[in-house]
Amino acid sequence: MQYEAPETTKAAVGLLAKAKGSAYVLAGGSDLLVRMKGGFVEPDLVVDIKRIKPMREVKKTASGFTIGAAVSCAELNENKALIKAWPGVVEAAGLIGSKQVQSRCTVVGNLCNASPAADSVPALVAAGAKAVIQGPKGKRKVAVEDVPVGPGRNSLKKGELIEAIELPARKGKSGDAYLRFIPRTEMDIAVVSAGVSLTLGEKGVIKDARVALGAVAPTVRLVKEAAKAIIGTKLDEAALEKLGKAASAACSPIDDKRGTIEFRTKVAAVLAKRAAQIAYKRAGGK
Amino acid sequence: MAVLVTTTINGDRVEFACEPNEPLLDVLRNRLGLSGAKEGCGTGDCGACSVQVDGRVVCSCLVLGVEAEGREIETVEGLAQGTELHPLQSKFLEHAALQCGVCTPGFLMAAKALLEKNPNPTEEEIRFGLAGNLCRCTGYDKIVRAVQDAAKVMRG
Repeated sequence: MQYEAPETTKAAVGLLAKAKGSAYVLAGGSDLLVRMKGGFVEPDLVVDIKRIKPMREVKKTASGFTIGAAVSCAELNENKALIKAWPGVVEAAGLIGSKQVQSRCTVVGNLCNASPAADSVPALVAAGAKAVIQGPKGKRKVAVEDVPVGPGRNSLKKGELIEAIELPARKGKSGDAYLRFIPRTEMDIAVVSAGVSLTLGEKGVIKDARVALGAVAPTVRLVKEAAKAIIGTKLDEAALEKLGKAASAACSPIDDKRGTIEFRTKVAAVLAKRAAQIAYKRAGGK
Repeated sequence: MAVLVTTTINGDRVEFACEPNEPLLDVLRNRLGLSGAKEGCGTGDCGACSVQVDGRVVCSCLVLGVEAEGREIETVEGLAQGTELHPLQSKFLEHAALQCGVCTPGFLMAAKALLEKNPNPTEEEIRFGLAGNLCRCTGYDKIVRAVQDAAKVMRG
C-alpha cells in the first residue's frame, strides 16, 4: 500500500485519477481503517486529505458555511456560529460514534460511506447542503442526497473527491433538528432517523421546509410529500398527522436485527413529527 | 516499503519507520516499546488503545502510524510525572476502578481528555464522555467515581 498526504486538492485529485489499483481517500479513517483491518478492502493507494489546509477549515461566507472535508465532527461541535445557524446538522454530526471517533470522523466521510443509517446525512439533506466535488474534469456541485446511490455506494467517479460541504445561509426565522432511534443511549447506529429544516414566514406560518429520513430505505431519503404536509401551516395537529403519514409512506425499509419493517415505518412518523416540532421551536414558532 | 516518520510522543521527539498500513497502536507497542495502549477490538469500539493526537483523544488502532508525522502524541506513559502519579491514576487506584487493567490506560486517556474540556462534569457527562471505552470486569460505577474525585483534585 502506498500512502500519500498531499497538501493541495489538485495533487490529491491527480493521485486518485492516475491510481492504477484501488485508491481510497482517508479523512478520519473510522470507516476505511476498520474495513482494511477486516480485510474487506486492500487499498493500493490511500490519499490522506488532512494536510490540505482548506479542507481543515469551516468558513462562514455570505452564502452560508463551507465545511472542509477533513474537519472532524468534534471540531464542528466547537464552532459556535455553525451551532447557532445549523444546530440540527451539528447535533447529528455529534452523534456519530464515541469521543474517540468524534475526534477523527467527518461528515464528508459519513456521506461518502453511503450508509443508509449515516447520522449526519439526513440532517445535511434536510439543510439543503451541497457537496463540492473536485475531479480530473474540474469542479461540480451536487445536492448531498445525490451522493449516496445505494448502501456503501456513492456517485463519485474515478479521481473525484468531495472537498467540502456547503450549507446555505440562514435567513429569517429558521430552525433544524435531527433525531434518531437507538435502543441504547449512545454509541449505536440509527434504527430510524429524521432530519427537518424549516423557515417561518408571517405569523409563524411555515413557508419552506425539507424533511429527510434515514435507515428506512437503501439511501437517505428526501421526502418532499412530508415537507408539503407542513408548508403553509403552523404545525398544528392536522399538519403533524399529515407529516407523519407522508413520512411512513416514504419508507421502504428492511427487516433486520435492529428493527422490523413495521417498527421502522411507524417510528419514522414519530421522529419526523418530533424533529419538526423541535425545528419549529428553534425557528421561533410557538 | 517502510516509511520514515518523525513525531513527538509525550514531549519527546521520536523517529520510527513503519509500514504505510500499520496502525499507530502497533507502532507504539511493537516498535517503540510503549505498551500502555492496549488492543481490545482493533476496530475503534472499545477504546483500550486511546491516546491523544494534537490534543484530541483517538483510538490509536484507527490511526495509521504514518499519519503521526509532525503531530503531538500523548500516551498513558506520559501521564505520571516521574514517580508522581497523575490524579486520575491515583484516584483509579484509591477507588479500585480497575480489576484486570486492560481497559485502564484507555479510560485514563479518555478521562483526561474529558476533564481538559470540562473540569467539572456531571455523572451523565462522564458516562457519555467515556462511552467509547468498554470495561468487562470492574463495571463503570467505580470508574465514574474515580473520575469525579480526580476532577475535584484537579480543580484544586
